[in-house]
Amino acid sequence: MTLTVNTAAALALGDDALVLSHRLGEWAGHAPVLEEEVALANIALDLLGQARVLLSMAGDEDELAYLREERAFRNLQLVEQPNGDFAHTIARQLYFSTYQRLLYAQLASGDSEFAPLAAKAVKEVAYHQDHAEQWTLRLGDGTDESRERMSRACQALWRFTGEMFQPLDGVDVDWDGMRAAWLESVEDTLRRATLTVPEGPRTGAWTAGAGRQGLHTESFGRMLAEMQHLHRSHPGASW
Amino acid sequence: MVTTTALEEELRRLAGSVPDPELPVLTLDDLGVLRAVHVRDAGSVEVELTPTYTGCPAVEAMSADIERVLHEHGIREVSVRTVLSPAWSTDDISDEGRRKLREFGIAPPRGGRPSGPVALDLGPTRTAADEQEPEPVRCPSCGSADTELLSRFSSTACKALRRCLSCREPFDHFKEL
Repeated sequence: MTLTVNTAAALALGDDALVLSHRLGEWAGHAPVLEEEVALANIALDLLGQARVLLSMAGDEDELAYLREERAFRNLQLVEQPNGDFAHTIARQLYFSTYQRLLYAQLASGDSEFAPLAAKAVKEVAYHQDHAEQWTLRLGDGTDESRERMSRACQALWRFTGEMFQPLDGVDVDWDGMRAAWLESVEDTLRRATLTVPEGPRTGAWTAGAGRQGLHTESFGRMLAEMQHLHRSHPGASW
Repeated sequence: MVTTTALEEELRRLAGSVPDPELPVLTLDDLGVLRAVHVRDAGSVEVELTPTYTGCPAVEAMSADIERVLHEHGIREVSVRTVLSPAWSTDDISDEGRRKLREFGIAPPRGGRPSGPVALDLGPTRTAADEQEPEPVRCPSCGSADTELLSRFSSTACKALRRCLSCREPFDHFKEL
């Protein structure tokens, strides 16, 4: 069976997974406890596996990951945001894994070229979401310090969450339904964590949302420079 | 109708006997990741392998091991193809595989778990206190059901780290997927 692969959609979904995987990998050697370091690396590995499948649908995975310029990346601005403190990483995980699970669940039940990967990955992402929710509860309903930091992180990343629901050509899902389900799920977790649901717009002016068009935030260029430098300095190297 | 020749059955048995590179007590057959072996023509074979996790780094080692074993049995050309669908699940691990995992000190996955996340509340990570779990995760050393979760992700993505509250031994649990 031959399926027509929508390259732009495969790139967008693949870039989300690749970029977040790299960001999570940056925690190696820096996480607060060993178990957490291993957890973040495991989540990064799951995402890297998804990225490899998705980018291979769009072309050569290595060329796409290591030789594209910043403006050719189609990932959401949310996933490229710096790790910040641990609370920022968890808020980013909460927002993104909730979105990714809803998206993959819909793709898994469809018949697009993404269905096999989505059916496989949705079960992995369920663990990512569980991990993020557990930490949100612990930090939000924790000490004054952890609560303050978690609250600040949720607020800071809120404006990056509207972009997730911009319809993508070639991805046939119910975007409005997904947005509503996402909001319900995240609000429920924040409430249980005794955190205030952030106020402020998620779409329109003063919000983020041009990653899918190739416009990225300042820190993304530095992240790419680090991610790509080895491959660019030693083309074709292997071990 | 798909027919399997005697040669294909023999090769499938050989490929299935390859040990998992990370959990060498299990064979690929025990793990349930070997999907099919097709003999294309004399001396050329295609093997279908499915990953446990999408990013499982062991797939490359498994492929190389399968190729080596089949080469040793006179197959000139072996190509191992990774297939994602239908997705592998921990229900694909055989009863024999579960027994071997337990003996190896890893709590096997529990069977027939509904997919999707399970809503959990803050606090009770002890199996005994968690009423939503279908059955407790038992300590592979002493068999106690009184065990607690230390980390949802352990030495590999497919395992969680737990501790037995009876014998105090920490152990890995092969997570349900």
